[in-house]
Amino acid sequence: MASSHGTPPVFTNKIVAWIDYRLPIFSYIEKEYHTFPTPRNFNYFWNFGAIATVMLVLMIATGIVLAINYTPYVTMAFDSVERIDRDVPQGWLIRDLHMNGASFFFIAVYIHIFRGMYYGSYKAPRELLWILGVVIFLLMMATAFMGYVLPWGQMSFWGATVITSLFSAIPVVGDAVVTWLWGGFSVGNPTLNRFYALHYLLPFIIVAVVALHVVALHVHGSNNPTGIDPKGPQDTVPFHPYYTMKDGFGVVVFLIVFSGFVFFAPDYLGHPDNYIPADPLVTPAHIVPEWYFLPFYAILRAVPDKLGGVIAMFGAIAVLFILPWLDTSRVRSATFRPIYKWFMMVLVVDVVVLGLCGANPPAGFWIPLSQVATLYYFFHFLILLPILGKIERPLPLPPSIADSVLKKKAG
Amino acid sequence: MRRLIVSGAIALAAFSAGAGAIALAAGTEVPLPKRHWHFQGPFGTYDRAAAQRGYQVYAEVCAACHSLSLVAYRNLMDLGLTENQVKGLIKDIVVPDLNDDGQPIERPARLSDRFRKPFPNQLAAAAANNGKAPPDLSVIVKAREGGADYMYALLTGYVPFDKLTPAVVKEFSVNKDDNFNTYFAGHKIAMAPPLADDKVTYVDGTKSTLSQQASDVSEFLAWASEPWMEDRKRTGVRVILFLLALAGLMYAVKRQVWADKH
Repeated sequence: MASSHGTPPVFTNKIVAWIDYRLPIFSYIEKEYHTFPTPRNFNYFWNFGAIATVMLVLMIATGIVLAINYTPYVTMAFDSVERIDRDVPQGWLIRDLHMNGASFFFIAVYIHIFRGMYYGSYKAPRELLWILGVVIFLLMMATAFMGYVLPWGQMSFWGATVITSLFSAIPVVGDAVVTWLWGGFSVGNPTLNRFYALHYLLPFIIVAVVALHVVALHVHGSNNPTGIDPKGPQDTVPFHPYYTMKDGFGVVVFLIVFSGFVFFAPDYLGHPDNYIPADPLVTPAHIVPEWYFLPFYAILRAVPDKLGGVIAMFGAIAVLFILPWLDTSRVRSATFRPIYKWFMMVLVVDVVVLGLCGANPPAGFWIPLSQVATLYYFFHFLILLPILGKIERPLPLPPSIADSVLKKKAG
Repeated sequence: MRRLIVSGAIALAAFSAGAGAIALAAGTEVPLPKRHWHFQGPFGTYDRAAAQRGYQVYAEVCAACHSLSLVAYRNLMDLGLTENQVKGLIKDIVVPDLNDDGQPIERPARLSDRFRKPFPNQLAAAAANNGKAPPDLSVIVKAREGGADYMYALLTGYVPFDKLTPAVVKEFSVNKDDNFNTYFAGHKIAMAPPLADDKVTYVDGTKSTLSQQASDVSEFLAWASEPWMEDRKRTGVRVILFLLALAGLMYAVKRQVWADKH
């Protein structure tokens, strides 16, 4: 039944053929996930799209089970989460998977974003593909933030208070916007209810944007480590079984690391204060968001002015939207960009430093360090990338993907 | 490519170090002495005997002020007690309820009841304790940096006023009536030293020192915070062994599939 590149599939199963003639889902799967020509030279960085997809499905599946057992009411939310752990059969497993799953979803997505940056996957003709990815990232951040509020511990409550209060920095309408977000004059039951509703809704919007992301991906196909386009069948392999198998292997390895946290350190990535029930009268000594927000939190606090901090924080994500036009180099892959390659590593270090700044109280040397790291972050995107593309001399590109694969084998 | 993967791993490690840094930042000022706990490590289990003694410490001392509202009496069977033993432990406990006429009554506790709360509500708890309700202990070990180490350090960390140096008294403006605790943030803690040598008489005959009581009740509270921990670790071992085997198979098949392309 399978066919090679290009020719439409013929289904021998009569039911499948009957359905496919009326609704070509089988042809679609055949074309997009079986014969789909994919560059033959992916490294393991290319696994993280599949891994992120698996994590998204896992988050939705565990999330629905949690929602069945959770009570979104301020006096009951904390205990209902504990009840899931203690009294729902295997409830602890579902909750550990969900709360660590959020962290590992972000780990997968951060590596996926790094891969896109390092190999220039955002460049023409994949700009919209990249932008859809940044939209997914933003939606994930909103979803994760609202999810962290639901257990209604101290960090839930105060994290929600700090982050929603940011909107009060908006001139003129700021305070009104915050009241509107809260559904009252402080974070309270209406806030918890709407966050719960939105936390349930947004993942399905993420699924929709992921679908668009995949559609956009399949127009021009994947980028690859050389950054040059496939020139013929010798440069590609069918997606199945080559990459279904390789992705499957990568997913399992990722799940092993994930399981290490879920089963042996489920609270390592969380904060002890979130096991203290929310108390509006007691402010924790040190309010920190989840680890995956720390670099952005550091940028927020690096700017002495509140509105300025909010603008810088959102700006840090906004620059990602225009990245395809900030990078002026015509060469995609950092492999052939001797200077950019190192600056990309410096950017990674910079983001890690920002994360450390976000984790520590804004005092002492952390303040100037976070300011320098914030400046460098924007310097990288807004100044370095446009200039570097003009002055850097790229290494000679290999004539084709097949050529680069064969040469590497010989060397 | 290998170099890139290594860099990725370093970045990941740095990220997790960042998460660890949160823990440090919110920690107490004095480093906690590290103790060995039976439940540590990937195969650690709760020391049943210690946890049972810890229950005795909780029931005879802590329960006067601290609730343990998420734990039910039936859960004590997880600590190796039989149903009859637990029924014996709770035979004198009465819990508030309503009768069929809607009138408040007290009735003997059942296995399915959650632990009896010492105060009818938060306000009453606060009123009886100088305005601050004693915290519920159900998840206290997970809610404090350092967990059981912190519990033990706190319970044994009291310093009598006359043993404090004048410098410390001045720095933290300690009064004669204050309770000074080495490990409590800010050092002045509302709770008077709860434990002392021979404060409880252990039913199993263990010598009842302050250290023994603190260690036992910390073990008990660690269990109360996460009674499913042993199940979690057991499941984890099976899951990871399965995934390792699956990864091996997947890798072998992947090599096979790619054999003609390498």
